[in-house]
Amino acid sequence: MIALLSRDLKLAFRAGGGFGLGLAFFLIVTTLVPFSVGPQSALLQSIAPGVLWLGALLACLLSLDRLLALDWEDGSLDLLATAPLPLEGVVTIKALAHWLTTGLPLVLAAPVLGILLNLPQAGYAWLLISLALGTPALSVIGTFGAALTVGLKRGGLLLSLLVLPLYVPTLIFGAEVARRGALGMDTATSLLMLAGITAAVIALLPFASAAVLRINLR
Amino acid sequence: MSISQKMNALWEYANPRKFLATTERALPFFWTTAAIATVAGLVWGFFFTPDDYRQGSTVKIIYLHVPAAMLAINCWLMMLVTSLVWLVRRHHVSALAARAAAPIGATMTVIALITGAIWGQPMWGTWWAWDPRLTSFLILFLFYLGYIALWEAIENPDTAADLTAVLCIVGSVFAVLSRYAVNFWNQGLHQGASLSLDKEEHVADVFYYPLVLTIAGFVLLFIALVLYRTGTEIRARRTKALLARERVGA
Repeated sequence: MIALLSRDLKLAFRAGGGFGLGLAFFLIVTTLVPFSVGPQSALLQSIAPGVLWLGALLACLLSLDRLLALDWEDGSLDLLATAPLPLEGVVTIKALAHWLTTGLPLVLAAPVLGILLNLPQAGYAWLLISLALGTPALSVIGTFGAALTVGLKRGGLLLSLLVLPLYVPTLIFGAEVARRGALGMDTATSLLMLAGITAAVIALLPFASAAVLRINLR
Repeated sequence: MSISQKMNALWEYANPRKFLATTERALPFFWTTAAIATVAGLVWGFFFTPDDYRQGSTVKIIYLHVPAAMLAINCWLMMLVTSLVWLVRRHHVSALAARAAAPIGATMTVIALITGAIWGQPMWGTWWAWDPRLTSFLILFLFYLGYIALWEAIENPDTAADLTAVLCIVGSVFAVLSRYAVNFWNQGLHQGASLSLDKEEHVADVFYYPLVLTIAGFVLLFIALVLYRTGTEIRARRTKALLARERVGA
């Protein structure tokens, strides 16, 4: 498992691995928002938590179609399927690698981008916490979507169509935590719901992803 | 017959030939009763019920809105059951029924959304509000779109059936989750449940009886459409098989 993880991480970090593309995308989305809604700082301040969450979500989505497709093309996915490691473990590791290379940098970059959008002082910690709790769920759900569409020639757009509705609960609770935190309100309920979704998704969805992958590899 | 015998009798319809033969006989019944109940219910509802004392005549859109909304949800439920049957027992008719039902469910969702908007404009003063019920219906529509798109995208029919079945199951969980999440996220304009078995919270009887009739009509129409479209799917697959055999030259 560790070997697989380090392999995936190496592939992502080395040249051509696409590491940093997600971050750049996140930056661009955040930069475009003031152009589209206007530069009034009060307005930006009120929408900042939601915009940052949406940007992180879209940046996460962007890299999903590479998550399994490259391994599918060069046949290493077949090897992994016949390896002694259960396929459930493989998809969990894949999701973890995706989170380490995409989710975690987004979490760390979000407060910096928060400055651009004039995020209130109280919001930084909550934004960081909500993204740190929520992005693992995004990676795991995304892995399920990637497993569904792995055999398709032009799966990218379909992947978005399948995954985005599944992101709705995570986004609602995650953005709610960030929004309430920025306003100085109580965040406990939505924070617990967000944590619950992430825990449940990590526990259950790899089974569905592995089942789907087996069907695709048949 | 004992229950298990009855169950066994049900599984006979998993045979496509038997399914086609039976539905061919049953379909005229469903088409006729659906037409009678829908037309009677709508005419009764539109022309022979009084206007609501506050909503005026706009209340009558209920006869389209409520049945469509009920079917939109129950259609997904039916797809969930048939998907499970396909995964467990590998009956092709079951998978094809799920495939056949999806566009009907999507259409019902759109009808519910559009009639809701037309009703909401005079009543709430807006075509659309991010109310929990409205929002969850929009999300349900997205789920239908994804499901249909996945069926269309995959060439191998068995793989497509398997993958869409898993998507339907996972999607159901997330759809329910979204339903409660949006509840939490925004309080709504939409009224609560207005139909239930206990008579406590109900629309008035004058509106209730025609409504039951239109609901029955929509359900019958749904059954007829699903059976008809499933038959079409079976025939389409047979045609494909025949063409493939011809190409091979066997």
